[in-house]
Amino acid sequence: MSIWLNSDSKILVQGMTGSEGTKHTRRMVASGAKVVAGVTPGKAGQEVDGIPVYNNVADAMAATGANVSVVFVPPKFAKAAVEEAVDAKIPLCVVITEGIPVHDTAQFFQYAVNAGTTRIIGPNCPGIISPGQSNAGIIPADITQPGRIGLVSKSGTLTYQMMYELRDFGFSTCVGIGGDPIIGTTHIDALEAFQNDPDTDAIVMIGEIGGDAEERAAAFIKEHVTKPVVGYVAGFTAPEGKTMGHAGAIVSGSSGTAAAKQEALEAAGVKVGRTPSATAALMREILS
Amino acid sequence: MDLYEYQAKQLFGKHQLPITSGDVCETVDQAVAMAESIGGPVVVKAQVKTGGRGKAGGVKLAKNSEETREVATAILGMDIKGHTVHKVLVADAADIAEEYYVSFLLDRANRCFLAMASVEGGVEIEEVAVNNPDALAKIRVDALEGVGPEKAREIVEAAKFPEAIRSQVADILVTLWEITVREDATLVEVNPLVLTPTGEVLALDGKVTIDDNAAFRQPGHADFADSAIDPIEARAKSLHLNYVKLDGDVGIVGNGAGLVMSTLDVVAYAGEEFGGIKPANFLDIGGGASAEVMANGLDIVLNDPDVQAVFVNIFGGITACDAVANGILQAIEQLGDSVTKPIVCRIDGNNAPEGRKILQDSNHELIELVDTMDAAARRVAELAAARKGAK
Repeated sequence: MSIWLNSDSKILVQGMTGSEGTKHTRRMVASGAKVVAGVTPGKAGQEVDGIPVYNNVADAMAATGANVSVVFVPPKFAKAAVEEAVDAKIPLCVVITEGIPVHDTAQFFQYAVNAGTTRIIGPNCPGIISPGQSNAGIIPADITQPGRIGLVSKSGTLTYQMMYELRDFGFSTCVGIGGDPIIGTTHIDALEAFQNDPDTDAIVMIGEIGGDAEERAAAFIKEHVTKPVVGYVAGFTAPEGKTMGHAGAIVSGSSGTAAAKQEALEAAGVKVGRTPSATAALMREILS
Repeated sequence: MDLYEYQAKQLFGKHQLPITSGDVCETVDQAVAMAESIGGPVVVKAQVKTGGRGKAGGVKLAKNSEETREVATAILGMDIKGHTVHKVLVADAADIAEEYYVSFLLDRANRCFLAMASVEGGVEIEEVAVNNPDALAKIRVDALEGVGPEKAREIVEAAKFPEAIRSQVADILVTLWEITVREDATLVEVNPLVLTPTGEVLALDGKVTIDDNAAFRQPGHADFADSAIDPIEARAKSLHLNYVKLDGDVGIVGNGAGLVMSTLDVVAYAGEEFGGIKPANFLDIGGGASAEVMANGLDIVLNDPDVQAVFVNIFGGITACDAVANGILQAIEQLGDSVTKPIVCRIDGNNAPEGRKILQDSNHELIELVDTMDAAARRVAELAAARKGAK
C-alpha cells in the first residue's frame, strides 16, 4: 500500500494545456501514472497526447472517474481552480503552483475544510509519489524505487535528495507538503497516515525554518507515532527576518529557528541528522 | 516585505484609519519644516525595520523647532542594531490618556487569521503575552468570514475595552481588517492605539507586513521597496533570481530553496574546521533552471567581492544536470578572464553522468568536481580559507 495515492488513482490535471501542465503531464504518464483528463476552461474537446480536456473538474470527473487533481494553474487563477475542485468533491487536490497570495490560500483552505470532502496538498509543493504505483505532481519518478520508507518534506529538492540517498531501500510514498506559510496537508497529517499504513516501516521527516509545524509534529510523534522517525531540518545559518526562497521559510525574532525545531524533534525521540547524508545514514542504521 | 512605520501609516491614511498628522523626512531641515507645519510638540521617530528603537534613543519628543533640529540631527544617521537611520517620521505628539494594542496576523499554525487586542498597549506585546496573558485577547478570524461589525465587537469585548470607546475601536478594527485583505497584508499591527484626553482614538504607530506573492495585483506596493537594498541583491532581483546576501566567504548556487538552505548549513559546519568559513549568500536558481539561469546565478556570485570560492550544488530533479554543466561553462566563458575563483561542483540526479562528463571534458582549471554534498562543502571551505589566508 501507500498513503493517499496508489495504482488505482486516476489523475486529472488542471491547467494541462499550459506549458508546465503539458510538460509535467507527459512526465507523469511516462512514469506510469494514470492521467485520465485535463481541465482548462473553454478548451473542452481538445486533447493533449490523446488525453481529453474538459471545461471543468466536475465534467472531467463524471466522464473519467478521476479522483486526484493536480493543479498547475497560475497564481492569479489558482484559488478559483482549487475551489472548483472542492465543489466537485474530488478527494485529493495537489496544488503545485508557486506564488499564490497567502490570503487566497487561507480562503481556499477554509473552503475545503468547510466542504469536508477534499484533501489539499500544497501549494508550492512538488506533489506526491508512490513509487511504482502513481505520481501526482513533478517529483522525478526514476530517482528511487518502491520500498517501505515514508517521506514527508517541506522542500522539493531535499525530497529528491533524500529519495536518492535511500534509493536502495525505496519508498512507500513521498509527499512534498510545500514551503508556503499555509499548506493544506501538514507533517502531522502525513505522519498519521504513515503510522496507519501497513506498508510503511519507518518515516523520514524533513523540515525547515519558519512557523512551528515541526515542533507540533514532534509533539504528535511523541503521542501517536510508534514507527521509527528520523528527521532533518534545513536553515540553521539563515539570518533572522530574511525569507529564504520559500515564502514560509523565515525566522521571525526568536521563533521558527532550526535549532528550536531540532530540539523539539530530539525531545520526542526523533533522531535528527546534521546533513541530508547523515540523516540517511541514521535511517540505514534503523533499517539494517 | 515589512514596511517602515511611515509607510504603514500612509496605508492607514489611505484607508481612512484615524492617525496622527505628520510625514517622513530625510533631512534635518525637512524635519524642522514639518514640525513647524504641524505646530506644537512633535515626536521624531527613526525609521528602521527593527525593534527597540526607543531604547536606542531613536524616538524623541521635541517641543519646538529648535528641539526638533537638535533631535533630528541626533537621530538621522544614527545606527540602531546595524540599521542606519536615513529617514525620520515627524508626527504630532498627541496627548495620550491611554495606550492600547490591536492587530491582525496570519496564524500559520491554525491556518487562519488571528485578531489580538489588549488595553495594555504601548509596550512589547510579547511581554504582555508572557507576563499578563489574560490581558491579551486572541480571537480566531475565519479567512472566508473576515471581520465585520459583529466580529469586531466580539474582539473589543474580549479585550475589555472601556464601554465608552467600544464602538470607536470596533470601527477601527473593521477598517484594519479591510486593510489586511485589500492590501494583502500578513500582519497589521497598531501599537499603541491611543485614546486622547478629548476622547479620540488614533493609531500612533503601525507595523505592516505585505505578501510579496500578491505583487501581481498590488502594483502600488512596488513603491514600498527599499532603495537602500544591497546592490548585489538588487542586481539578482532584476535577473529574477532568489538571492539573499550573507556575510561569509563561500558563494552558493543551488536549486530548490530547501537544498540551498541545507547547503548553507553544510558549508558552515565544514567551515568550522577552517577558521569559521561561512556562506556568502543564499541563491536558489529554481527547480527547472536552464543553462542561462545558471549562468546568471554564477555571474552574480562570482562578482561578489566577499566570495573566495563558489559551491555549485545541484540535484537534478526536473533540471537536467547536462544543462546545468553547460550553464556553468557558459558563465565562465562569458565572464572571461575576470573569473579567478575556484568553483566546486556537486551534481547528482537527472543526467548526472552526462553533466559530470561535460565538466570533466572542459578541463577547466577552476572547476573541481566532488561526489557528495558533504565532501564538496568541506573542499570549498578549505579553498576559501586558503584564498582568504593568502590575502
